[in-house]
Amino acid sequence: MNRTFLVIVGVFLTIAFSLSGLVLIPNWQFQEHQPVRNARDGSQYPNPYYGLARQGRDVYVDQGCAYCHSQQVRAKGYGADIRRNWGNRRTVARDYMYEYPILLGTMRTGPDLANIGARQPARDWHYLHLYNPQITSAGSVMPRYQYLFRTIRAGEMVPAGAIPLPAAFQSEGTHILPTARGEQLVEYLRAQNRTFPLPEAKQP
Amino acid sequence: MTHVPEGPAESRLEQISRIVIDDSSRVPVLLWFTSSVIWLLFGSLAAMISSLKLHHPDFLGGIEWLTFGRIRPVHLDIVFFGWSCMAAIGTLLWLQARLCHVRLPWPVLLSGLAMVWNIGVVVGSVAVLAGHGSSIEYLEFPAYCAPFFAIPALGVLAANVKMYLTKRSEHTYVSQWYLLAATVWLPILYVTAMFCTYFGLVQGVSQAITNWWFGHNALGLWVTPIAVATAYYLIPKVTGRPVHSYHLSLLGFWTLAIFYNWAGTHHLTGGPLPAWTITVGVVGSMMMFIPVITVAINHHMTMRGVFSMLKTSPTLRFTVFGSFLYTVASFQGSLEALRSHQEITHFTQYTIGHAHLGLYGFFSMIMFGAMYYIFPRVTNNEWSSARLIKVHFWGSALGILSYGVGLCWAGWWQGTMMNNPSIPFLQIVEYIKPYLILRSISGAGMTIAHLAFALSVWRILSRHHFVMSGPTLFTTQRPPWREFVNEQNQREEIAQ
Repeated sequence: MNRTFLVIVGVFLTIAFSLSGLVLIPNWQFQEHQPVRNARDGSQYPNPYYGLARQGRDVYVDQGCAYCHSQQVRAKGYGADIRRNWGNRRTVARDYMYEYPILLGTMRTGPDLANIGARQPARDWHYLHLYNPQITSAGSVMPRYQYLFRTIRAGEMVPAGAIPLPAAFQSEGTHILPTARGEQLVEYLRAQNRTFPLPEAKQP
Repeated sequence: MTHVPEGPAESRLEQISRIVIDDSSRVPVLLWFTSSVIWLLFGSLAAMISSLKLHHPDFLGGIEWLTFGRIRPVHLDIVFFGWSCMAAIGTLLWLQARLCHVRLPWPVLLSGLAMVWNIGVVVGSVAVLAGHGSSIEYLEFPAYCAPFFAIPALGVLAANVKMYLTKRSEHTYVSQWYLLAATVWLPILYVTAMFCTYFGLVQGVSQAITNWWFGHNALGLWVTPIAVATAYYLIPKVTGRPVHSYHLSLLGFWTLAIFYNWAGTHHLTGGPLPAWTITVGVVGSMMMFIPVITVAINHHMTMRGVFSMLKTSPTLRFTVFGSFLYTVASFQGSLEALRSHQEITHFTQYTIGHAHLGLYGFFSMIMFGAMYYIFPRVTNNEWSSARLIKVHFWGSALGILSYGVGLCWAGWWQGTMMNNPSIPFLQIVEYIKPYLILRSISGAGMTIAHLAFALSVWRILSRHHFVMSGPTLFTTQRPPWREFVNEQNQREEIAQ
């Protein structure tokens, strides 16, 4: 009986220690994080997501993009993240102070997206890439997200917002437009920009 | 009527009490087991769809519900919550009752909890397929699924503690410690992680630590202790030899309890966290060498001199294979935690290969071994065909070995190439494609194995009994199933 009690208390303590050490203490440490202000133009970083980008995060989560794409840049000299132009500095805890849920990812079947908004600012690039990855990245194993687009039949006139498909990918007399979810996702991707200089992560 | 072999009075008494205990656990254990086998099939289906999509992205391309980013987490959650947890709970209920020499308490409640758990897996999987997943690995099921797992986990804990407190055996066997600890850890882990994740108790990168504190401990403190406990029971039981060293097994238990906890942050190496959190994870991972080596020594020394039994006993062959893979996958995992190793293998298929060597090669193989031992004892029936068991073993064993070796090899070079910025990214994708196809082939081998296993399970649960002819070993010759069923039907007609 006493032995049983000791075993249960013992195993309980082991997990209580690791919970406090790994989760609660770092979380308490991070409470003091504040955004950084740029003295010259008054801009502030990081910022919470607003509007379409905020809605686009839900699309990113529901499509499970995080299973193939990470959102973190490793330090110079550890991996080739910076030399691959995935970022101009490593990402640090402060970059993620407003991220909820956090989507760091653990897999790079595709490239890192921590700064995809800085690398590919153009909306059309994202639309083409999501509609059919082979247009922008031949040989990619990324699926086509055609359900984030709608097809309309139109005559000679190109409707506003139609994505500029190359001739080889276009079928006669139709135009492709993003749905609302498609637009949200692209705004979220374009908001992925963690290039703002932070005191604790100097640009190398 | 169950056949009780003749023998000295005391051992006959022991056999009868064992039969009474097995009878008491029949319904709940069969429910947890049968559900787990059904989930194993669904998990394999989701696995095959995900795997095929990785090299043929247009496969089932237009269906949003089956897009890679949804079917892959559904695979993980079904094999974790559906297959692994349910198989583990079935095993632990049966094993603890046996080791405590008591009847399984509250069989109706425990059966009901199995159904609650099943509902949780169904609701959660549909939610993820419909796009309500959280993209947090191992915790994709939405918050409203939590009670379906938390309540049964607490019920199982209560039953386990009750058995332990009322035990009639004088000694405590090492397996009982593992089982008790695992059932304490699971509800704490799950409830804490769900609360922290879904109620905003932790912010920023602490969410990622919580994620991996849960994800790693769910394997290390929940399924691992149960599989180790099972191997500690089955290997001596089937070979008829005592465990090599009792002291070593105690050392193994407490070092696992203390160090595995801290290892989770190695999943975030190089990430945006304070360096000390990663260092703690690396130290915890390296210290895991102690429990792993103690278990390896104990199991190997118990097996010494009786390795020839692997030719005949299905239970032993699956269990020893799983035990061996425990050593291999754990060594690999400890080394993998080192920063220099993670620089290459983090973010690559290497991690996926390692995860499968652990959860499948080690844990699932031991669960198969346990089921081959337990099903006949709770159904009073025998396995219908040695050939089906052979198909199961070789499909699973060759499948997981080619899967693990193939993906670890591919992942190593994938990482090496990724760290060389002069190699374009798409060239790396091109390089791993053949290995992704190899993965699908290995997966197909394992899926065939699971179908053979499911067929065996369906037959042992059906009313046709093989009880008269002794246990089914790899060397057992049985009449073809169809012939046997016809013969039995005829016999029944004559009797009427």
